[in-house]
Amino acid sequence: MIDLHGYGPRLLEGAGVTLQLAVLSLILALILGLLTASAKMSRNWLLHKVATLYTTVIRGVPDLVLMLLLFFGGQMALNVATDAIYDRFGVDWYINLNAFAAGVLTIGFIFGAYMGETFRGAFMAVEHGQIEAGKAYGMSPWLVFRRIRFPQMMRHALPGISNNWMVLLKTTALVSVIGLSDMVRVAAEASRATHEPFTFLIPVAAAYLLIASVSEWMFARLQKRYNVGFGGH
Amino acid sequence: MTELTWLNELLAGNRIFTPQTIGYYWDGLVLTTQLVFLSLVAGLVLAIPLAIGRSSSRRWISLPIYVYTYVFRGTPLLIQLYIIYYGVVFFDGIQQTFLWPLLREAFYPALIAFTLNTAAYSTEIFRGAIKATPRGEIEAAKAYGMSQGLMMRRIVLPSAFRRALPAYGNEVIFMLHASAIASVVTLMDITGAARFVYARFYAPFEAFLFAAAIYLCLTFAILYFFRYLEKRLLAHLKPQSGN
Amino acid sequence: MKKLLTVSLLGVALAAGTAQARDYDHVRFGVDVPYEPMEYRTPDGELTGFDIDLGNALCAEMGITCEWIEQEWDGIIPGLLARNYDAIMSSMTINDERRQTLLFSDPYITIPGAWFAPAGSDVEEINEETLAGKSIGVQRGTTFDSYVTDNYGRVANVSRYSTADDMVLDLQAQRLDLVFLEFIVGQATLLDNHRGEFEVVGEMVTEPEEYFGEGFGIAFRPRDEALAQRFNEALATLKEDGTYDEIYQRYFGEE
Repeated sequence: MIDLHGYGPRLLEGAGVTLQLAVLSLILALILGLLTASAKMSRNWLLHKVATLYTTVIRGVPDLVLMLLLFFGGQMALNVATDAIYDRFGVDWYINLNAFAAGVLTIGFIFGAYMGETFRGAFMAVEHGQIEAGKAYGMSPWLVFRRIRFPQMMRHALPGISNNWMVLLKTTALVSVIGLSDMVRVAAEASRATHEPFTFLIPVAAAYLLIASVSEWMFARLQKRYNVGFGGH
Repeated sequence: MTELTWLNELLAGNRIFTPQTIGYYWDGLVLTTQLVFLSLVAGLVLAIPLAIGRSSSRRWISLPIYVYTYVFRGTPLLIQLYIIYYGVVFFDGIQQTFLWPLLREAFYPALIAFTLNTAAYSTEIFRGAIKATPRGEIEAAKAYGMSQGLMMRRIVLPSAFRRALPAYGNEVIFMLHASAIASVVTLMDITGAARFVYARFYAPFEAFLFAAAIYLCLTFAILYFFRYLEKRLLAHLKPQSGN
Repeated sequence: MKKLLTVSLLGVALAAGTAQARDYDHVRFGVDVPYEPMEYRTPDGELTGFDIDLGNALCAEMGITCEWIEQEWDGIIPGLLARNYDAIMSSMTINDERRQTLLFSDPYITIPGAWFAPAGSDVEEINEETLAGKSIGVQRGTTFDSYVTDNYGRVANVSRYSTADDMVLDLQAQRLDLVFLEFIVGQATLLDNHRGEFEVVGEMVTEPEEYFGEGFGIAFRPRDEALAQRFNEALATLKEDGTYDEIYQRYFGEE
C-alpha cells in the first residue's frame, strides 16, 4: 500500500469535491445548452444574436481565463451591487460567491456553450418528416417536442454530450487554481509538503481515468437505450 | 521613448494599462505563441509515427500506444504539468546533469507536458483519418504493386492528412486554450501577465478581459487559417459546381 | 431568458444573502496559510502563528468570538470586499496603494524584508549588477513583488508564486537563485527548517516606505471604522498588560 502521509482522507474528500463539481456543472451546462440551442433556432433575431455571441466568445477564450474572470470579477460585481443596495436602502446583504459555487457556475457556463452547439446539431438532425407526422396526428408543439423531437434529438446528441462530459471532467482540475480543495489541489499541496509528487499525483490521475472509464460505460448503455428501434446505429 | 508618445497619451489617466503592463501582455503573447507553436510542431512529429503504429494490426505495437493516448487524453493536463514540473526535481542528482539548465526553467517542463499531451490527441485524430482511408485507394495502390511503405507515403498519409484537417484545427485551438495553465508554474504567458496585473491593481475585469480579447483574436486567426487550408486542400472533395 | 436563469441560479445556488449586523460579536479573519511563523499549521493540523495568537487574544480582549478563514494571497483583498470574512490578519503591510481600497488598524508589528539564497551563492550583495540574469522568486501581488519588479525587473527574471510554499520548493530545487520575502518567514521556513542550506544575502530591506509602509496592520472594509477602532483599543491594552510581549516572545524569542 502506498504511504499517503496522512493525506488519505483529504484526498478522498477532494475526490468528492471533484465529482460533485463535475456533476452539478454538467446539469447547469445541459440546461444552458438546451436554452442556447433553442435560442439559436428561434426566429427571434435578438435571441439568435445573443446565443451566437455567447457560444462564439466562450469557445474562443481559455477556460482558466474565464474562471479567473468570473471568480474574481464576479465577486467584485456582486459587491458593487450589494454596496449600492446598502447605500440606497440601508439593507446590508451580502452574497458570498464561494469557490465551489464560482466553479460550478463558471464550468457550467463554459460548457453550456459547447452543449448548445451539440444540441443544435442534434435537433437539426431529426428528420423533418417525423415532426410533420407528429403535427399531422394533431399533436401540440409541446407534445411534438416531448414525444418526438427530444427523444430523437437525444440519440444524436449523446455522443456529443459524452464528449463534452469527458472534457468537463478534466476542466474541473482548474478549480484548484482558484483555491478550491479538489483532489488536484490536495495532491499538489501534499507533493510539495512531502517532496513526493508521484505518490499523490499518479493516484489522482488514476482516479480521473477511473471516473472517465465508468462514465464511458454508462454513456454506452444510455446510447443503447436511445438507439432502440434504430438497429445497427 | 519618444516614439511611444502616442501610446503614453492614449494611456494617460489610466491606472492599469501603463506602457509597462502592456509590455507584460506583449511578452505574454510572445511566450504563449512560442509554447503553443513549439509543442504543436513537436507533437505532430511524434504523432505521425505513433498514429501509423496505432493503426498496426500487431498488438505489441498498437497496445502501448493506445495506453499512452488513453492516459494522456483521460487525465487533466494540469496534473501532467505538475508531475513533470515537480517530478523532475526529485530525481537525485538531476541538478548536476546537462539537462538541468533546460529543466530548471519552467518553460521546458511546460513544453514537454504540452507536447506529450497534444501528441496523444493528434495520434488519435490521425489514426481515425488513416482508418477511414477508402478501401478502393488501398486496393488500387496494391494493384500497382506498391510496397507498404510507399503506399503509406504516397496514398494513405496524404489523404489522411486532408481528412484530419478539421479535427486538427480544433486541436490547435484546444492547445492554445490549454496553454493558459502555464501561468500556474510561474510562466508569464498571456494569462500569467493578466494574473500579475490583477494582483497588483485588484482590477479583475480590466486584467482578464484584456487577456480574453487577445485569446479571442488568436482563436479567430487559427480558425480562419484552417478554413483557408481546408478550402485549398479539400477542394476536390466538394461537389462539382455548375450542375 | 438565459440571463434570467443565470441570475436566478445565482440567487438559489449561492445561499442568498443574509443580513449582517453592524455590531460585530463574531469576526471572521481571512488568512493566507502557511506563512511560518506568522500563520501556519502544526503537524496535527492546528492553525497557529503570531497573527493567529495575537488575533485570538485581541478577540478575547474585546469579548467577541473569532474564526479564521483560509484564503490564498491572490484573492485575499477581493475576498474581504466580498465579505467572505470581515478582516484580514495575514502579515499585510500597510501602504498607500492598499489604503485606496482598505482601512487599516494601527500597525501591530514591523518586519523587514530580506533576500535568501542557497548557502554559498555567488550573490554577495544586492544591486542591479549582481542580480543581472538571476531568477528571483516572490509571492504574486505582495509588496515584495512590487518592490522587486519595479527595481530589478529589468535585469533579473522575476518568478511569481501563489504561495510561499511553492517558492521555497523551487528555491530548494535550484530553479531560483534568490527569493525575497519577510525576514522572519524566511528565517522560519528556510534557515530553521533547513539548517545550513540557505543564507541571508545583503541587507534587510525596510525602505522605501512606498513599498514597505509602516508595518503590518489588520485590514478592514472601509466602512467598518467602528470595528477598526475597537481593534486599535484592544491592541493598545494588550501592549500595556504584557500579553503582546508574551506572544511576541513565543515566536521571535528575546529581543
